[in-house]
Amino acid sequence: MRRIVTILLLIIVALGISLSLAKVPFGTPKTKVGKYYIDEGIEETGAVNIVTSVVVNYRGFDTLGEVTVLFIAAIGLGVVLSTVRKKTARKIEPASLVLYTGCRLLFPLILVFGSYIFIHGHLTPGGGFQGGAIIASGFLLIYLGCRERRINRIASNLAESLGGLTFVVIGLLGLVFGGYFLSNFLPKGTANTLFSAGIIPIIYIAIGFKVGSELAGIIDNLIEES
Amino acid sequence: MIFVFFLIFLMLIAAIAASIFKDLISAVIASCMVSLIAAILFYFLQAPDVAMAEAAIGAALTAAIFIIAIRRTERFEE
Repeated sequence: MRRIVTILLLIIVALGISLSLAKVPFGTPKTKVGKYYIDEGIEETGAVNIVTSVVVNYRGFDTLGEVTVLFIAAIGLGVVLSTVRKKTARKIEPASLVLYTGCRLLFPLILVFGSYIFIHGHLTPGGGFQGGAIIASGFLLIYLGCRERRINRIASNLAESLGGLTFVVIGLLGLVFGGYFLSNFLPKGTANTLFSAGIIPIIYIAIGFKVGSELAGIIDNLIEES
Repeated sequence: MIFVFFLIFLMLIAAIAASIFKDLISAVIASCMVSLIAAILFYFLQAPDVAMAEAAIGAALTAAIFIIAIRRTERFEE
């Protein structure tokens, strides 16, 4: 009985959502602000990738909030896991030769690719979050393949703190020089070159370091304490 | 276009499989597949930024965290 009611309820909700969305045309501009970003974004921010210009420039404060949420989640995980810490000497089984060699071969390439993604965030698709997640997945590979290796906790905490600090300091510098928090006070340069778009690449590099070390720290915490 | 429909069909199958598998590791792999196909679909919808984040976080890191949690608890449901 309960199952039938649940399924009926789900069908009603799905029908309602699909009927209301069926009237909305797909893929056509519906708001003025989106068109404004597409038309004026490159000239105003200097970033060719419009997604980046929205994420870091127009909505930079929201990005700071997102980074803070991730930071709080990582801290919360560390606190929860440190209360149940119980060191049992688990015997580490070595990985197979194929996994070990593949991981040693791929890890530097993954690091380079992740760095490329966040350094070129204002030119090509991607940015700090994506690059950081790719770097963290590289560290996950290290935990799978080279099982006796561990990341340096002090270095990762330092990278995390410096990334967050850089973001806030640049925002405050924008307040000093540009008049509002996170204003783009550096010269924009020529669009489509690496050194352009003012503060956007700097902030994305900071976010890349922060997200990468945070996610790698989460994985390290989980593997160490479990 | 047919390829996209095929992917959506696969994604539905993977999502249903993830909810009915009793072996939790298999369920995690199935949900991983949902994320991966979602990433490909995002790419076809011209959102490569979202596709990258979905592939890295949804398919790799989330699965790793789930598998670590399963290792600490029980592998089979009920």
